[in-house]
Amino acid sequence: MFSQEIELRGHIIDSLLLPKVLDEILSQGGQFKIRQVKIGKQRTDPSYARIEVSGDTPELVDGIVRRLRQHGAEVVQEDNVQLAAAPADGVFPPDFYVTTNQQTFVHLDAKWIEVQPAIMDSGIAVDPKTQKATAVKFVDVRKGTLFAVGHKGVRVAPLQRSTERKSVFEFMASSVSSEKPKSAVIREVAQEMRMAREAGGKVLVVGGPAIVHTGAAEHLEKLIEWGYVNLLFAGNALAVHDIECALYGTALGMYVERGALADEGHENHMRAINTIRAAGGIAKAVESGILRKGIMFQCVKHGIPFVLAGSIRDDGPLPEVITDVVQAQKAMRAKVGGVTVALMMGTMLHSVAVGNLLPATVKTICVDINPAVVTKLTDRGTFQAIGLVTDIEPFLRELTEFLANGVVAGGGDRGNVEAAKPPSTRAATTKTG
Amino acid sequence: MPKLLLCPPEHYGIEYEINPWMSRSRGAKPELAREQWQRLRDKLRSLGCEIELIPPQPKLPDMVFTANAGLVVGQRFIRSNFRFKERRGEAPHFEKWLAAHGYEVVQLPEKLFFEGEGDALFCGDILFCGYRYRSDVQSHQFIGDLLKCLTISVELVDERFYHLDTCFCPLPDGGAIWYPAAFDDYGQRAIRQHLPELIEVEHDEALCFACNAVVVGAQIALPEGSPRLLRKLEDAGYKCHALPMSEFIKAGGACKCLTLFLPQR
Repeated sequence: MFSQEIELRGHIIDSLLLPKVLDEILSQGGQFKIRQVKIGKQRTDPSYARIEVSGDTPELVDGIVRRLRQHGAEVVQEDNVQLAAAPADGVFPPDFYVTTNQQTFVHLDAKWIEVQPAIMDSGIAVDPKTQKATAVKFVDVRKGTLFAVGHKGVRVAPLQRSTERKSVFEFMASSVSSEKPKSAVIREVAQEMRMAREAGGKVLVVGGPAIVHTGAAEHLEKLIEWGYVNLLFAGNALAVHDIECALYGTALGMYVERGALADEGHENHMRAINTIRAAGGIAKAVESGILRKGIMFQCVKHGIPFVLAGSIRDDGPLPEVITDVVQAQKAMRAKVGGVTVALMMGTMLHSVAVGNLLPATVKTICVDINPAVVTKLTDRGTFQAIGLVTDIEPFLRELTEFLANGVVAGGGDRGNVEAAKPPSTRAATTKTG
Repeated sequence: MPKLLLCPPEHYGIEYEINPWMSRSRGAKPELAREQWQRLRDKLRSLGCEIELIPPQPKLPDMVFTANAGLVVGQRFIRSNFRFKERRGEAPHFEKWLAAHGYEVVQLPEKLFFEGEGDALFCGDILFCGYRYRSDVQSHQFIGDLLKCLTISVELVDERFYHLDTCFCPLPDGGAIWYPAAFDDYGQRAIRQHLPELIEVEHDEALCFACNAVVVGAQIALPEGSPRLLRKLEDAGYKCHALPMSEFIKAGGACKCLTLFLPQR
C-alpha cells in the first residue's frame, strides 16, 4: 500500500466537501483514514480534516490526490529524508535508519523513492544525484556514502490483510500448531506455487538434509522436474546426503528405501564428498555422468541455480559450498529478486537467514517436525508466513500429489480454478539401493 | 438604493473563445449590443438603482461583464484573479477605479483563481460560491476567513454554466432561482440544505440565461425567453422585467454579468 496525506480546510461540512472527498477516494479505488478532524465551533468557523489516502500503487494515489486538489485538498508537505555520510567502511552513521522487510520509501526533492530491495536489518544508502535508495548491509557500507538517518522523510508501506478470505496466507495467522487441517493447507500451498509459476514469479526452496533422511527427496526432484522450483538454498549437508543417496542409496548410512543400516554406511557420505571433490564439483560430476539422480542432479540438469552456504560442522565441504558467510549472504541476496513463494523445510538456521533476506510480500511456508522451529520462523516478521508442524516426507508427498493430479476442488474460494497439472508426465526417478 | 457598476460596451465583441458560448465566427452586433446594454442600464435606473460607469478599455472586450471584476463587501473590494490570460488585463483597471472611489482593495494569493461576483453570491448571510471552471475552491476558504461568513462551496459540472451567476440567483426572501443540473449531487444537496425555498429553472430556460438576473428588492431584471420562470416569480410576488440580451449571451453573459453590486452586502 502507498499513501499520501491531504488536508481540507474551510466550510467543508456545510459544503459537503468532506463527504464528497471521502466518496471520491473510494470510488477511485483508494482507501482513506481520517487522521484528524476539527469541526468549527461557530457557524462561521472553518473546519479542518487531515486524511490519509492510500492505494495499491503510487500512481493510483497520485491520481486520486490530483483529482481531490480541485475540491480544495492540499497535500501535506513532507520532510526530506535526513542524510549523513558513513564515517568508515563497514560503519553506518550514528542514528542510521534500520530497515524492515516491508516496502519502504524515502522522500527526496518532493518525490517518494522506493528503497530497493525490501530487506530487513539494513541501512538505506541514498544517492541524491541518481535519485536512488538502496538497502545496504554492513559489509557493503563505504566511507562517505550518504545514509538515511532518523525517521523524517522515511515511510513504510505496511502490508494489509485483505478483509476477504482469499488464500491460506491471509486466513492463517502465524500461530503454529500440529492441530491444523494440513491437507487443506497443502492444497492451498500447491495452488500458490502453481499461480506463482503462471505469473512468472520464482519459487525458492530452502531445504535441510531431513528432506533426504525422511525419503522426501524424490518428491522434491519431481517438483524441480515439473518446473515448480526456481531456486534452491541449502547448506553442505543437503547436497552431501542427496549425493550420498544418489551414489549409495543411503542417507547418513541408512538405506532410504528400506530404512535399514548399511554396512560401513557411515563412510558413505565421506566417500560421496570425495567423489564430488575429485570430479571438481557437483556440476562437473553431472557432466561426467558420475551423478545421475537426486536433487542436485535435477538442479544441474534443469539449470536451477543453487547457493550452498557452509557452516563449522560441515564435512568436506563440497566444492560449490561457499564457506565465507558474508559471501554466501551476498550470493543469496543477489538471487532472491523475483521470488514470490518460499518453501522452507527442515532447516532452522538456513530458514532464519533466508527469511531475513526476503521482502515481507513473499509468501513463505515453513515446514518442520519441531513446533518450536516453525514458531521461530513464522515469528520473524515475515508477514505472509504459515507454519506447518509435520514430517517433511508426507508434506512433500501430498504437495507433489496435488500438483500432479491437479486436485484443487474444494480448495476454499478458489476451488473452481482449473486443475494444476505438471508440465511433464514422465515418471520421477526412483531411488535404488 | 443599490449602487451598481457597469461598463459601456464600446469595445465589446467576441474576440476569443474561453467558454462554450463564444464563437468568433458568430460575432456580436455592436449596435444591437449597445442598444441592449442601454436598455438594461435604463431599466436598472428606473428600478431606482444608482449607476456608476467605469471607462471601457480597448482590447478588453469582456470588461463589460463587471460582475467578474471582484466582490464588494462593505468598503472592501476583493479583486478577482482571472483564470484566463485574455481577461487578466481587466483587473488593474477595476482595481484602480475601486481604489479611486474609496474602496479598500484586497488581493487574494496570486495562485488562487477567483472571478468575483460571478462566482460568489450572498443569500442572507451565507456566501454561496461556485468552483471548478473559473474560481478555485481554495479562494472561497480565503474569503470565508476574511469576511467571517459561512461560505458554501459548490462544484459546477456543466461548462455552459461556468460561473455561479449563470445557474443560481439569490432572492431577497432567503430563497433562490437555480438550475440544479449545473451542480453535482453534493452541491445540490448543500444548496437544498441551506435554502428551503428554491425556484427551479428548466433546461431550455436555463440556456436563455434565466438565472442571470439582477434582483432589486421585489423587481427582477432578467433576459427574455423564460416565460415559465416569469410566471413562477410573479406567483411568488416578484415583478419581472424581461430584456433582450442576445448579443451578450453570445459571450456567455447577460443581465447579472453586466453588473457589479457596490456593495453586494
